[in-house]
Amino acid sequence: MSQRLVNWFKFASPASFYPLAGKMWPWFAAIGTVLAAAGLWISFFVAPTDFQQGEGYRIIFIHVPASWMSMFIYCVMAFWAAIGITFNTRLSGMMSSALAPTGALFAFLSLWTGALWGKPMWGAWWVWDARLTSELILFFLYIGYIALTAAIDDPRRADKAGAIISLVGVVNVPIIYFSVKWWNTLHQGASVSLTKAPSMAATMLWGMLIMALAFWMYSIAIALYRVRAIILERERHTTWVAELPEMQR
Amino acid sequence: MNWGSAGEFFAMGGYGLYVWGSFGVTAAALLIEVVLVRQRFSAVRRSLRRELAADRDTQD
Repeated sequence: MSQRLVNWFKFASPASFYPLAGKMWPWFAAIGTVLAAAGLWISFFVAPTDFQQGEGYRIIFIHVPASWMSMFIYCVMAFWAAIGITFNTRLSGMMSSALAPTGALFAFLSLWTGALWGKPMWGAWWVWDARLTSELILFFLYIGYIALTAAIDDPRRADKAGAIISLVGVVNVPIIYFSVKWWNTLHQGASVSLTKAPSMAATMLWGMLIMALAFWMYSIAIALYRVRAIILERERHTTWVAELPEMQR
Repeated sequence: MNWGSAGEFFAMGGYGLYVWGSFGVTAAALLIEVVLVRQRFSAVRRSLRRELAADRDTQD
């Protein structure tokens, strides 16, 4: 390999990724905090009252970003699963298991805020609609991943099993995304799409996008923090861990 | 500005329970996750430090 190319595989080693993650997470946490403050300000003080749903629509500012994150994190887990199976890198499985609890949390928040929005607008906390049901399946896939990998003692075998559940389960993500098109659902269609102009006021759209970015930064920061804990747990008997400055007296 | 008073802000035009139930649970969930992850990290660091200190003591 040419000397001028960055050697990405260097960072596939837990020993070099651990300090890198330690340097990166505070930046993501700081950017996420600033974005969340701006997003919340827009959500409550800039975005106007909706002409149909009054103030109740403001749930959108966390419901949509949380739903996007729950789907996106699952795709990232599937990406790490594919890398792990192809290159047999140890870090991939650690990244997947660092992301799973955060993904599960966002899937739960998507369902929770959806229920609190559905009750006043549809008159029901829950309906067995294609969008809601496929999101519930996504939540169960996260729980399944966590339970399966926790049940296998050998971490490398747990990673392999987890990688399979991630790669098989990822077919559910496009099903969630297109569910409102493929089936006749109670859930409304996409408010934001890549092919059409968004069907909402500009300030509402900006609030939603900034909140989505804030959740994104939060997810990266928390996953980097968690992966550091996972690296220490799994590499505890190695020399590089014993030589870390924070392990000295 | 959408709100005439703090009371109006908390009432959310009659949707207070739903709006604050959503934002409140989200904020609480993210805070709890941060606390749990920090605890997990400091627990493994503490146990590793103790293990390494014990190793050094037996070598001395």
